[in-house]
Amino acid sequence: MIIDYVGVKEINGSLIVLDNVDNASFEEMVDIRLDNGQCRHGRIVQIEGKRIVIQVFEGTKSISLDNTRTRLKAKPMELSLSPEIMGRVFSGAGVPIDGLGDVYPVKKANINGTPMNPVSRIYPRNYINTGISTIDTLMTLIRGQKLPIFSGSGMKHNELAVQIVRQAKISDDEDNNFCVVFAAMGVKNDVADYFRRSFDQSGVLSRVVMFLNLANDPIIERTLTPRCALTAAEYLAFECNMHVLVIMTDMTSYAEALREFSSSKGEIPGRKGFPGYLYSDLASLYERAGMIKGSKGSVTQIPILTMPNDDITHPVPDLTGYITEGQIVLDRDLEGAGFYPPVSILPSLSRLMKDGIGEGYTRADHQALANQLFASYARVQDARSLASVIGEEELSPIDKKYMQFGKLFEQRFVNQGSENRTIEQSLDLGWKLLSTLPKTELDRVDDKLLDRYYISDPDRLDFDTDSKENQSEEE
Amino acid sequence: MKDIIYGINGPVVTVKDTRTFSMMEMVYVGNEKLVGEVIGINNKMTTIQVYEETTGLKPGDPVTGTGAPMNVLLGPGIIDNIFDGIERPLKAIEELSGPFISRGAAVSSLDLEKEWDVTIKVKVGDKLSGGQIYATCPETAIIEHRFIVPPTLSGTVTSVKPNGKYKLMDTIVTIKDNKGVEHDLTLCQKWPIRNARPCSERLPATIPLITGQRVMDTMFPIAKGGTAAIPGGFGTGKTMNQHQLAKWCDADIIVYVGCGERGNEMSQVLNEFSELIDPKSNRPMTDRTVLIANTSNMPVAAREASIYTGLTLAEYYRDMGYHVAIMADSTSRWAEALREISGRLEEMPAEEGFPAYLPSRLSEFYERAGRVETLCGSEGSVTIIGAVSPQGSDFSEPVTQNTKRFTRCFWALDKALAYARHYPAINWMNSYSEYFTDLDAWYRENLGDDFIKYRNKITSLLHEESNLMEIVKLIGADVLPDDQKLVIETAKAIRVGFLQQNAFHKDDTFVPLEKQKLMMKAILHLYSKSKKIIAAAIPISNITQLGLFERLAKMKYDIPNDKPEMFDQLIADIDSSLAKLTI
Repeated sequence: MIIDYVGVKEINGSLIVLDNVDNASFEEMVDIRLDNGQCRHGRIVQIEGKRIVIQVFEGTKSISLDNTRTRLKAKPMELSLSPEIMGRVFSGAGVPIDGLGDVYPVKKANINGTPMNPVSRIYPRNYINTGISTIDTLMTLIRGQKLPIFSGSGMKHNELAVQIVRQAKISDDEDNNFCVVFAAMGVKNDVADYFRRSFDQSGVLSRVVMFLNLANDPIIERTLTPRCALTAAEYLAFECNMHVLVIMTDMTSYAEALREFSSSKGEIPGRKGFPGYLYSDLASLYERAGMIKGSKGSVTQIPILTMPNDDITHPVPDLTGYITEGQIVLDRDLEGAGFYPPVSILPSLSRLMKDGIGEGYTRADHQALANQLFASYARVQDARSLASVIGEEELSPIDKKYMQFGKLFEQRFVNQGSENRTIEQSLDLGWKLLSTLPKTELDRVDDKLLDRYYISDPDRLDFDTDSKENQSEEE
Repeated sequence: MKDIIYGINGPVVTVKDTRTFSMMEMVYVGNEKLVGEVIGINNKMTTIQVYEETTGLKPGDPVTGTGAPMNVLLGPGIIDNIFDGIERPLKAIEELSGPFISRGAAVSSLDLEKEWDVTIKVKVGDKLSGGQIYATCPETAIIEHRFIVPPTLSGTVTSVKPNGKYKLMDTIVTIKDNKGVEHDLTLCQKWPIRNARPCSERLPATIPLITGQRVMDTMFPIAKGGTAAIPGGFGTGKTMNQHQLAKWCDADIIVYVGCGERGNEMSQVLNEFSELIDPKSNRPMTDRTVLIANTSNMPVAAREASIYTGLTLAEYYRDMGYHVAIMADSTSRWAEALREISGRLEEMPAEEGFPAYLPSRLSEFYERAGRVETLCGSEGSVTIIGAVSPQGSDFSEPVTQNTKRFTRCFWALDKALAYARHYPAINWMNSYSEYFTDLDAWYRENLGDDFIKYRNKITSLLHEESNLMEIVKLIGADVLPDDQKLVIETAKAIRVGFLQQNAFHKDDTFVPLEKQKLMMKAILHLYSKSKKIIAAAIPISNITQLGLFERLAKMKYDIPNDKPEMFDQLIADIDSSLAKLTI
């Protein structure tokens, strides 16, 4: 017997309360029909005896105490899945919005997913060649990893994400196994459109599944968007054996939507008003990256988040950093100097890198080189802060060398534009730059590697700085 | 009357108008029998936290009590296993429900069918009291499982089975207590996770836990039975340090609790530990390791329990007379789980939304560490090493501050060091160890008075350097007099050559104490010789040109762990190079 409950008892933000409801189950879906014929969707978020609290995805605008009929659907929120979803565009709640009709489901899956058994995980080891020197050499992306981009408003994180998709695709030899799931949460229409166009230009659009919740879409839907996207990604990866790259932008908007929803529920706020369970909630998304035994596919995540006021200690980037396996941090100064991609080397990191590089993966000298570049570049910062006090002229000769190394490193290594570099090119460039420093300063690499890669002949170190500088000015 | 669910809010479920349950009782919730625990009772409502996903539960679903507090099953088969936060074996769950964890998976914590090769140690008529050993069996190639009488029981043995193969639930010994009641002793027992297991006496912390990590062993040592905290922001290497300790520290058994951390990290531990061979026993590390994995996406209430589960397992092996080290990564996630549940209960929050009982819970946890004389008279210890993940790398937040009060060893990880890839990124200025005085006698006895002397000298040089760096930051290093330049050069050699340690280098990943001492000796030797030369007005640039400091920086790689005699050669080389300057 299907019962419609007429009217509601209470409306508060995006929540409505119903009384005298029988047989409701936790997180069950409901349809809410308005008198004007509109149908909205919702989910039960709290039960107290016969009183239930429903979260309305499309918002409570124009709902009154009497004009609704609510029907329980007796199932949790599910997403229709089939290999046909590739190339399609969905709303943030998983409803097709490209006018091509409903997906004929091969399978329906609960969007909350279930936690992966740690025993069933395969430890990720295969690196993804992104063609970007800084990422490949210093914070290598590994298949099955979750590596967020920490950015700020107005920086080129979208360009970087698109470049990764474009170049990672080319280097992939199992080409037809590659696909992208794109989740937009509270981004502007232009941004979503930029991604769509870029995917089109690089010829991957037919392999992209898009879930769009734009800036003016309801916030409750926003809290579902990444879950829908990841459910689709898990399906494509673990049942269709594909390598899925999930791009989620912008996680800060997602967290803010969660905060808005939490405060309307009257929950006790934690830091900066975010709910106390923000960590667990973010983890339930990020932890859905990985590879499992018995399946050839993988889910790799590149979440993008904008740090409010460029503050890395803000709860969203902070908690994200504790869950993800490293981070790529973008830097406003580098961006201001016209360098692209403006990857800030020192705070960036890839935790899975150490086991996915070196002999058999990239090249035997990779780890040592990366350590040395990090250490030397950290030393550059010391020299710079000293120079800002006493002036560059007064620096000791060795500090001057470091200043020069830092400049070259940023101009040549970090600033690569849209060029696609192989891993060998990137590593060789790294050695060439290190060779501008005296051999004795390189204390992170052992002598065998130094003998092999250190370029002692100064003539071979022609960086023709002038021409390059001119070039970058022209750009 | 049957007890039924009344309300549901996230992991918290309420039952109305019941008087059946007791505080902290373990209950089964719903038709799928999800595991839960009673966390609040009043006249009208009983509150239960559920250790699994609550989606789909309905008011009216049954709730059944077990009559006992949340407990774990203790017996052979714990070592070399991986459990979730409430001791459910993840390997068995994988076989049952595939790569994703389904709800209500009813599996026994330990393998009931496996047969163990049991040797009985008692005979009829023997008097047994709680904690005494009545039988043993080999659990892994290196760990002998000793069956101990549950601490609450004692009596006279009335029957014993012969030695042989037995399953977990088989009775092998029966005892009759002084009231005349007979008790069957099987291969297993249960223990409530929130209660500390008793011991006969606590012993002072006078033996170090040797880790093979120079900055820990030399600068900030921890005692067996001690407590240490590793706080640090993300990317500073908390997990890496925990892994290094789990691999190399000289405890007999390691309990590694991955509490609210990454799934891939746990699979890394699984992989690495099964491949790594323990140098002492020539067996894989997994033969002495128990893993508890409650990753960040697994239910939050079970995360709260995982720490106690780990501790109870550790205490159980301590009672057999083993030295156990428990790594909790990370206690901040545990505190957040407390906060999350507390929020659902609408309790009044204290600092930063954490419940007011956070400090008392933390102190209860850390106080379960200790070196003890067990009930059977042997010696065992539980060492707790807890990682702390302060929000925004800010050490003034409540979890770090309260942890600091209850731990005696503080290894502060530093972002600046981590950015410069100085690992382990333990900041030598902010860290401390209160155990140093307790361990002083041990160090003097085993390594000679020199060790302490060198250590103090190294510490004072590092402090001196940090003062000098204040000046250098303002005016540059060039203007310093030569003797101060020498301090800076030496401190650099200490930082690069001694404090930095490469976890991926086969020799450097674990360094015996003897080599640590000789490394300090070599550095200080060069320092004192150079100081004399500089006093004779020879410029320091003449010394730095010799490349001796670079040699010191690389001695950790150049001199293998098993060839300490090569240090004599190094010191002789230093002498001969410097001698040329004074001619």
